[in-house]
Amino acid sequence: MQTDYTYTDDVVVASAQAHTGQGLGTGNPADAFVVEPPRTRTKKTPRRTRTNFEMLAWLFMRLSGVVLVVLILGHLLIMLVLDGGVSKIGFAFVAGRWASPFWQGWDLLMLWLAMLHGSNGMRTVINDYAEKDSTRLWLKTLMGAATVFTVLLGTLVIFTFDPNI
Amino acid sequence: MSTPTVEKHSAALDAAELGGVKLITVTVRIRRFNPEEHPDPVWVDYQLEMDPKERVLDALNKIKWEQDGTLTYRRSCAHGICGSDAMRINGRNRLACKTLLKDVNPEKPITIEAIKGLTVLKDLIVDMDPFFQAYKDVMPFLITKGNEPTRERLQTAEDRERFDDTTKCILCAACTSSCPVFWNDGQYFGPAAIVNAHRFIFDSRDEGAEQRLEILNDREGVWRCRTTFNCSEACPRGIEVTKAIQEVKRALVTRRF
Repeated sequence: MQTDYTYTDDVVVASAQAHTGQGLGTGNPADAFVVEPPRTRTKKTPRRTRTNFEMLAWLFMRLSGVVLVVLILGHLLIMLVLDGGVSKIGFAFVAGRWASPFWQGWDLLMLWLAMLHGSNGMRTVINDYAEKDSTRLWLKTLMGAATVFTVLLGTLVIFTFDPNI
Repeated sequence: MSTPTVEKHSAALDAAELGGVKLITVTVRIRRFNPEEHPDPVWVDYQLEMDPKERVLDALNKIKWEQDGTLTYRRSCAHGICGSDAMRINGRNRLACKTLLKDVNPEKPITIEAIKGLTVLKDLIVDMDPFFQAYKDVMPFLITKGNEPTRERLQTAEDRERFDDTTKCILCAACTSSCPVFWNDGQYFGPAAIVNAHRFIFDSRDEGAEQRLEILNDREGVWRCRTTFNCSEACPRGIEVTKAIQEVKRALVTRRF
């Protein structure tokens, strides 16, 4: 005995993605409705190049994360809590700090690590969520350009900062 | 000479057998898909009289045998060993043959779907080829060099203990199909393949660890793992999957295994 169920709007679940119309290539016409995941692993999946890039990126995230905890908490403490908090921050305050190579180095390290840490995190998010290769490429190019611009601009300012401007 | 078995029935025996059994009405809500009938999946409700101590697989069998023979699902041993009937029950990946109705709140409709991230072919059946392709790609077999020994390859109890956890895998795909990275990128090896690589990488008798680590060092290898622990939660054998993946990562960094 077969229960009769009808395809009414409240039970039909629209598929998350459009059918490719290609199906699985079994020759069955109904096959066209089968939703294939966009990137499945097949025998033809290409062997990637054998580099340690992903491993180094992973290690960098761990190590830079530990350093950033110290750098950022220290930065926040100086900027927001100690010696009167935010009210003291001004051109003179920044100029005074950057007169010392120690604080220049601190800010430079923080800039580089935070930007690379953040953009590497974004890179993994884009890798995970972009479905099309072209989308992935564009998003990563855009993000890479933004990262390079910010890092270079920040570095330039730290080194060429003139307190008598 | 054989005599046909006569079933002895007595009122007392019946009472004892049925003692404590209280049938309840269970609603099973199944996400059905048949591309020959409709291009989209549908949710279908089935009402059953079941003992709450029975399993979800018993409910599916009851539907298939008594209500709707068109319902399609995989099951083989029905005792949690063959790994055929992994499905998404009330939103979590479980084996239908190891899940009791009373444990999934039978007062409310029990939802059953196919596992995610793999192509649904019909009802609860998915195309497992990409899953097994990832498994094959890590070379899940003993690799040795040199001449074959004349006696068995011995190993200490401690050496065996090193990879004991990952020998328990039954390849049901509950872990891989619960992984959000795998949902988004089916090229990722997935937890199950890494678990089975771990089983050989840390085996003292095996000499192919370097090769397997190289394979998993790939762009789609262990580094895609985000340690969300979905796999460890989904594993019906209680394998600490995420821990195994982290051990492979550590072996890749330190080159010690």
